[in-house]
Amino acid sequence: MISTIGWIVIWVGVLFDLLGAIGLIRFPDVYNRLQASTKCVTLGTLGIMIGIFLIKGFSPMGIKALICGAVLLLTSPVAAHALMKGSLHFGTKMWKGTILDQYGKDKLGGEQIEEEGK
Amino acid sequence: MRYVIYFIIAFCFWLLLTLSVNIDHLIAGVIVVLLATIIFGGYFTDRPAKFLQPHRIFWFVIYIPIFLWYMVKANIDVAYRALHPERPIKPGIVKIKTVLKTNIAKVFLANSITLTPGTMTCEIDGDYLYIHWIWVQSPEVDKASKIIASHFERYLRRIFE
Repeated sequence: MISTIGWIVIWVGVLFDLLGAIGLIRFPDVYNRLQASTKCVTLGTLGIMIGIFLIKGFSPMGIKALICGAVLLLTSPVAAHALMKGSLHFGTKMWKGTILDQYGKDKLGGEQIEEEGK
Repeated sequence: MRYVIYFIIAFCFWLLLTLSVNIDHLIAGVIVVLLATIIFGGYFTDRPAKFLQPHRIFWFVIYIPIFLWYMVKANIDVAYRALHPERPIKPGIVKIKTVLKTNIAKVFLANSITLTPGTMTCEIDGDYLYIHWIWVQSPEVDKASKIIASHFERYLRRIFE
């Protein structure tokens, strides 16, 4: 029974991973792509880890999977944050449909948004 | 004092990872944990004993399911935007103000914001956070802070401050 639930959780995780990959292709610029990949892939991989824990129980493998999940939750947003700040400072322009860039206004001397028609 | 607590936490972590009380593993663990403590202990939070108070742990346990619920919501939201044929996004970077004061609370707030619906932290600057928002609902500082951060701040203030 618990094993069945574990497999379901794993497959839901795989599904979210897939959706994250689709978002990565469909969104227009670096920042939106980071949104899709960070959120979906974190939850997807966390789902896989929890599924492994449910199947294996309190064995060495299950405990390691849980620890991996917790570490993933703490580190994945930090990595995304670093990538995002890096691309902002590198000067990657935002998609032309972006309506506001407060960060660029305050720190980089002007909004970093693509011109219409490029 | 804080190095000792850091050492104990890291060693418990090592025991969970190996899950055996073999003497070889213990010796290797002590060496590795000691090195990690010497190198990274200085970055640890200023008053670690604070986090052993029961009411903080209680609020932390309450916070986890709330956070997971927002995370699932975030994923369904982003998946909807990715799969919708017209791709309904209206992105932008807004500035919000937080009421949290300590560094560790701000870090947790930034991480929570990154993993929840359509928002992602770009930079922390004193009391202000710059947020990339996939569907900007309000460009004003006060209103955006209320929509994005207030439901986390309520819990994080009780846990970390």
